[in-house]
Formats: sequence, C-alpha cells, structure tokens
Amino acid sequence: MSDTNFDLVVIGGGPGGYVGAIRASQLGMKVAVVEREHLGGICLNWGCIPTKALLRTAEVYHLMQHAEDFGLSAKEISFDAKKVVERSRKVAGRLSGGVGMLMKKNKVTVFDGQGALAGQGQVKVTKDGKNVAVLKAKYIMLATGARARTLPGLEPDGKLVWTYKEAMVPDNMPKSLLVVGSGAIGIEFASFYRTMGAEVTVVEVMNRVLPVEDEEISMLAHKAFEKQGMEIVTGATVKNLKIGKSNVTATIEKGGKAEKVTFDRVILAVGIVGNIEDIGLEKTKVKIEKTHVVVGKYSETDEPGVYAIGDLTGPPWLAHKASHEAVICVEKIAGLTPHALNTSRIAGCTYCHPQVASVGMTEAKAKESGRKIKVGRFPFIGNGKAIAMGDDQGLVKTVFDADTGELLGAHMIGSEVTELIQGYAVGMTLETTEQELMETVFPHPTLSEMMHEAVLDAYGRVIHV
Amino acid sequence: MPIHILMPALSPTMTEGTLSKWLVKEGDEVASGDIIAEIETDKATMELEAVDEGKIGKIIVPEGTEGVEVNNPIGVLLEEGEDEGDIGDVSAPVPVVPAPKAEPEPEPEPGSAPIEKALPAPAATAPRTAPAVPLSGDRILASPLAKRIAANARIDLAAIKGSGPNGRVVKADVENAFSGGVTRSAAARVSSADVPDFGQAYTEVANTNVRKVIARRLLEAKQTVPHFYMKVDFVIDNLLSLRKDLNGQDGADYNLSINDFVIKACAVAMRKVPMVNASWTDDAIRMYENVDISIAVATEGGLITPIIRNADQKGLLAISTEMKDLASSARDNKLKPEEFQGGGFTISNLGMYGIKEFSAIINPPQSAILAVGVGEQRPIVKNGALAVGTVMSCTLSCDHRVVDGAVGAEFLQALKPLIEDPLSLLL
Ligand SMILES: Cc1cc2nc3c(=O)[nH]c(=O)nc-3n(C[C@H](O)[C@H](O)[C@H](O)COP(=O)(O)OP(=O)(O)OC[C@H]3O[C@@H](n4cnc5c(N)ncnc54)[C@H](O)[C@@H]3O)c2cc1C
Repeated sequence: MSDTNFDLVVIGGGPGGYVGAIRASQLGMKVAVVEREHLGGICLNWGCIPTKALLRTAEVYHLMQHAEDFGLSAKEISFDAKKVVERSRKVAGRLSGGVGMLMKKNKVTVFDGQGALAGQGQVKVTKDGKNVAVLKAKYIMLATGARARTLPGLEPDGKLVWTYKEAMVPDNMPKSLLVVGSGAIGIEFASFYRTMGAEVTVVEVMNRVLPVEDEEISMLAHKAFEKQGMEIVTGATVKNLKIGKSNVTATIEKGGKAEKVTFDRVILAVGIVGNIEDIGLEKTKVKIEKTHVVVGKYSETDEPGVYAIGDLTGPPWLAHKASHEAVICVEKIAGLTPHALNTSRIAGCTYCHPQVASVGMTEAKAKESGRKIKVGRFPFIGNGKAIAMGDDQGLVKTVFDADTGELLGAHMIGSEVTELIQGYAVGMTLETTEQELMETVFPHPTLSEMMHEAVLDAYGRVIHV
Repeated sequence: MPIHILMPALSPTMTEGTLSKWLVKEGDEVASGDIIAEIETDKATMELEAVDEGKIGKIIVPEGTEGVEVNNPIGVLLEEGEDEGDIGDVSAPVPVVPAPKAEPEPEPEPGSAPIEKALPAPAATAPRTAPAVPLSGDRILASPLAKRIAANARIDLAAIKGSGPNGRVVKADVENAFSGGVTRSAAARVSSADVPDFGQAYTEVANTNVRKVIARRLLEAKQTVPHFYMKVDFVIDNLLSLRKDLNGQDGADYNLSINDFVIKACAVAMRKVPMVNASWTDDAIRMYENVDISIAVATEGGLITPIIRNADQKGLLAISTEMKDLASSARDNKLKPEEFQGGGFTISNLGMYGIKEFSAIINPPQSAILAVGVGEQRPIVKNGALAVGTVMSCTLSCDHRVVDGAVGAEFLQALKPLIEDPLSLLL
C-alpha cells in the first residue's frame, strides 16, 4: 500500500496538472497526481500535439503539390490516411509516455483512477467503480480540463458527426465536410481536411472567422481560406443535423433563410465545457459559472485549500495558460510571491495554413478601452526571407498605447507566425515600450524582421515598404 | 556639414535641463575646449565645451530656456569654409517642460519626427560630462513601461515599491501607486492654480531646479521617513582652546572651524556606531562601508549638500581645506554630481546665525542628520558648583526604521567625548 499523505494532490494530469505537480515537487512538496485516462491530458493526447502532427502532414503534402515552384518535381503525390493518423497517434503516445517519465523523475506519485473531493483535505480515487485509495492532502488542485460542447440538435454520433476526438482519427478522408464553428479548433481541422482534398464548408455564427482575432487578420484569413477553395458562411447557424446512413444533412440558416446541405461528415467545434461533474464539488463552496470553476487571482476557489486551474476555469482555454496558471498557484501555496496571471499577455496560435498568432488587445479592443493608439503594419511581401521561402502572403500588425509606448497587442498571419509571436510576448512581459523594440537588432534574413518593421511602422519609421 | 551643438546629458538620469547662459554669441570663433555655455541640471551648473573649432553659426535655444531636452540641438557650429548659408533648417521645436496641466504635446506626423529633421552630427554630441557615478543606493530597477508611465504622471519611481524580480518596479506597481496616491513629484503637484489667491500683492520667483529638488526630496522625507529627535549639549571650551592653539601656530595658513571638528568627530563616532551610516530598503538595511558625510551648504539657489568622503580617514586640516573648496564651488553652482550625490550622514550647522538649536529633516536615503546650534556661554554645573561654560546644543534626527532610540543615543554618547575632549581626535 503506497503512502497516501501528501502536501498537494492534483486531480487531472493534463498540461495544467502535471506541470503544477512538477513545480510543487521542485518546491519541496510531496505531490500526487490522479489521472483517469492519459497523462498529458487533452493537449498531448487529443488536442494540441496530435493536431499539429496532422497539420504537419498537410503542410508537407501542400509543399509536394507545389514542388515545381521550387524547381523540384514530385509525381503521383498521394497519401495513406491510415498512416497519417498512425503518425499522429505515435507522436501523442511518445509525449504521453514522456510525461510518465517526468513524474517519476520528479518523485510525483501517480494514481490511476478517477479522483473526487471527499471531505476536507481528502481525495477519493476510484477505478471502474472500485475504491483505489483515499488520499490526504493539505492542498488540492483541480485540473480536470474540459471536453467538447454539444448543442441541442447538434449531437455527435461519433461516426458521421464528430467532435475533435473522432476528427483526429478518421479511417478515411471524407469527400465533403461541414465544420461548425470557426474558432482555432474548427479552423485547424478545416485547414487540414481542405489541404488533404476534402470539400470543406465552415459555418460561423459570428460575422467573421476566428472571431477572437483582430478583425483585419480575420479578413485576411477569410480571403486566404476562400482562395484555397474553402466555403465560408459567416453570420449563420446550423439548426439541425439529420444523420443518414452514410451522410448528414445540415440545415444552415442565414439571414432568416434556411438551406439544407448534405455532407459526408460533420465536425462540431462550438466550444468546450468544463469537466465539473463527479469530482465532489457538490458538498463544497466551490462556485461554478457556465460550466467553469470560479477562481481568484491565484486560482483559489471559495473552498479553503481547494484550487482550480486550466480549462476547468476561465478563458483563455489554452495549454500554456493551464501550465502557467498551475505554476503560479503552486508557488503561491508555497509562500512565494508570483505575479498573478495577466491574460492579456498570453499568446494564442492557430496552426492552419496560413498560420495565425496574436497576443494582447486587438485594434478594436484597444480603441474601445479609450486609449489613444498607434498601429503598425508590415506585409510579408516586404520581407526577404518570406519571399525566399515562397510564402509571401501575410501581415504583422502592432498596436501601441500612444501615450506610454506600451505594446498593447500584436497580430500576425502568415508562415511560421506561431513561432514568432513569443518575441512580442517576451517584450510585453518585460514591459517594453516601442523604444526597446526599435533598438533590438533582428537577424537578417528572418521573418522576425517583420516584427521590427511593424513596430517602426507604428511610429512612421518603416523601412522596407 | 555644420555641426549641431546638442543639449548634453550631464548625468545618467538627466532628461532635460536649463540652458542658463551662453558665453559666446553668433559669429564668435571658438577653439576646441572653449567653454561656450552653462547648463543647469537639477543640482548643479556645468560648463559646456566646444568639441571642435569653428564659428558659432547660430544660437537655436536662447539662454534662460528651461526644460531643454537632452540631445536637442541648441546651436550650430560652422567649420572652416562654411557660412550661414550652410546651416539650413534648424527650426527644431524646443520642448519646454509642460506645466502639470498642459495638454499632451501634439503628435508628430508619421515619418517627420523632429529628431530626423535636426539630425545631429555625431562628432558634436560629446559634451564635457562629469562621469556618471551610479550610487549604490540610487539605481531604481524599473521596467521601461513603468518608467514611461511614472514620468508621464510625474510620479517618483523611488517612492514606489517594486513587486517584480529583485524589487523591479513594474507597470502594476506604478498604477497602484496612482490609486494609492503615492508621492507625486512634490514640485509638480502643487500648481499655482492650487494656491488660493486672496488678492494680496505678490511677485513670483520661478523655481530653480535646485529649489524643485529640495521641495521634492524634503517633502518625501518628511512624509515617508519616521523621524524622531534627540538633543544633547556639548561643552566645547576644550575644543575652542584647541582650535585656538592650532590656528595660532606659527605659519598657520589655515583657519579650522568648529564645524571641521564636528565633521571629524562625527566621522569617528560613525565608525563606532555604523548603524547611523545606513539606508533603509524594504529587504535590507544597507550599511555603508565608507564614512562619507554630507554637509549642508546654503547657496543663493538653495540648500545643497556636498560630501566629505572618507572623513574618518582624513585629518582636520584636510577636512577643513576640502570643506572650503566644496562650499565655494557650491556657492558658485559649480559642484560636480559626484561631489554632492551620495553620503551616509548629514551635518547641518546654523550656529553662525546664532541659532540655539533646531531639528533638521533627514536627507534621504540617509538615516540621520545632526543639527548643530551656536556655541555660547551658558551657566553649567561643574563638580556641584555653578560655572560658565561654552555650550553647543545639537539635535540628532533619526529614521526610526534604521536607527532605534538606543542606537541614536549610543552615537551621541560616542560623539560627546570626541567633541568635549577633542584631543582624542588627534589620536
Ligand atoms: C483539437 C484541439 C486542439 C488544441 N490545440 C491547442 C493548441 O494548439 N494550443 C493550445 O494551447 N491549446 C490547444 N488546445 C487546448 C488545450 O488542449 C487545453 O487548453 C489544455 O489541454 C488544457 O489543459 P488542462 O490541464 O486544463 O486540461 P486537460 O488537458 O483537459 O487535462 C485534464 C486531464 O484531467 C483528466 N481528468 C478529468 N477528470 C478527472 C477526474 N475526475 N479524475 C482524474 N482525472 C481526470 C483528464 O483525463 C485529462 O487527462 C486544443 C484543444 C483541442 C481539443
């Protein structure tokens, strides 16, 4: 019988939970993680990582199709859907295994089973309805994550109507596909399937795709997707799905007019709901709002000793937010003085083609906040590296506070921008003004030079346009 | 190409200054090293040297202009073979310190920022600057954004506690300070509009930079430093007679003052009770390794405190000579920053005005100041009998965060024999 007394018990081993556990162990706490399914959570197993593996396949496939542009020839280009999925699963498996190693290395005890609060300072672990253990803990961190949201009339059946899980492991490529929702998840799948050859229709209820992004970026993305042959319907809702034998008929309503269209498959990507069930919240003071746990600045819930982080709590619902939030929470518990999470400095990335990345306020939000702002823009066609790469479509945009020089936001679309955005995030965290960014020497030739130019442009000093 | 003469940065933190005087006029020939102007910073007046020979082609910023930003062109130097026609457009705007309520400056049109118009010639940029002496306690760690916001709001960064790594002041700290109503730069806070006008007749004397700094620092000290005071009387007949002997020696070309003795005595006492030679910081008390004593000197422009460094290692004569030099530079407004920045303890002596005793405000970030009164004959009790003695009353003001009552008392106790029996100083 293993030891059941801990300083910290974490329920859920996703990027929030396992990272928090490691940090706690570094700080000298005795830590346990309870995970019911797979270490690494959605992120490693059914989210970030396997989708990136699929999108990499799509990217290489796209390049092969355009081999001639680079003076190469590639004939009879094709793919094997099974192998594509296999690769993605292997990548996920390898990383999940890696998390297991990390737990061992950091002396974190992992309990295999479902965890639930069971009275003050106690966590009950069960597996297939059977009791595994009752753990005692000074502190408990809830990190149970979230799952796909379903809407009435839009229920997945797992065969023809998918959520992200099924969409990640297709047995073959659908000829036609409806993606409901154009957030990051929906758009990544739309981009993947379109590149692999499917006829893709995206329906978005808001008036633009990637609605959380800066409007200008949304518009550029919209155009790029349409050019690739995607059909995009904004300001529209999918009212109903009629599941047939081998296809699905969707009722799409736009501007009061309903239309029925039939697709091979449907992907529902209309958001997530927090995993708040069966974790013993009922008998606690923990507050819930719209399926997510309400927490304070340092992830404390209303129940003493109980903390919550990651997708289980408020937005942004991103892996790096979950991890960082967990670290802050643990450090606070350990008596350190971390800064509370500043969500306006968390970058968001969408790995579609072309990629989209942003951090901070959109131009519209910055204006709404009543600030005087300066906006800089730099297009990919002005950048040597972009042209050399054969990827000269895109934009880097910056938003500054005119009075203080604070970098309020940065927005990008184009090749590799998901790898670039952290440059601005570092700057923001160090509380840069335009001055330090202008004084930074960016290496040539790189795409990052556009980040410099977009700053210069905000102050009327752009060089290469 | 004509050389632009730029407003020099005389200290690392200087962002603007007053062009107090031009020592040349348009058309004057100057050689490299000639002093061409006087620049007043917040604490001192410094000379600006020509870095090249040539002719003063144009004076862009007239003397007496306040708030001239560093690196702003203030004049043009013509080199051999050049004439006025070569000067071109130098109508660079001269930003003046905005009044606290002034509208923000109009934004420059994109692409036509004034900096680019008045492109400085690199060779002209090196003014004669005193080397920057970053004081161990003086560097404020702050993010660029925090600095910018504090500067815009005229909030004193030094008064803000940083929550970032190593106490770095970040944006949130400045914003909290805003809402918490922390010390704005005092000089900026009270605008003339805030002082009611009851119709009395008055004239206004513009505040010099020195005045503003005094206002800001002393307000900050009185508001943020928990002062307490301790008074002690010293019988200085022995000191006076020793002074007389020393000054009266054959061939003595010096005149030691009572204050020189007080400086030396304080220096020795500070070694014995080092806690009075320290600064408060939130994380630690910073105890200075050297005994550097600031001496308050009254000048026309206001109070300034030049420093006798390593006073414990110097003889009376050295202290006396140095003090005279410093005081005269101070009165001529010629102190270099390193001559007045720093110090671990201050002495303020108003004895020469016949002041019996007074309580001084601590000179931050120091933790103690000694206020010295006049030495006068008073009745004293000596061996149970009334006698006449020369008595000097001194008051020590202490920052209670650093110096507790007992520590201050120990210091005065150590000081007493050094002043009353000054021969021990010579040991
Ligand atoms: C398709 C897709 C793509 C994504 N792509 C990205 C991306 O590119 N970048 C990005 O930042 N984010 C991405 N995300 C979001 C990201 O996956 C989540 O933000 C992240 O996983 C949240 O981490 P978490 O630790 O809070 O929760 P999760 O990763 O959901 O982990 C929760 C864990 O808790 C376990 N659990 C739940 N309840 C219990 C219980 N009662 N007892 C024991 N264990 C329990 C679950 O099995 C799970 O392993 C994507 C999501 C999806 C669906």
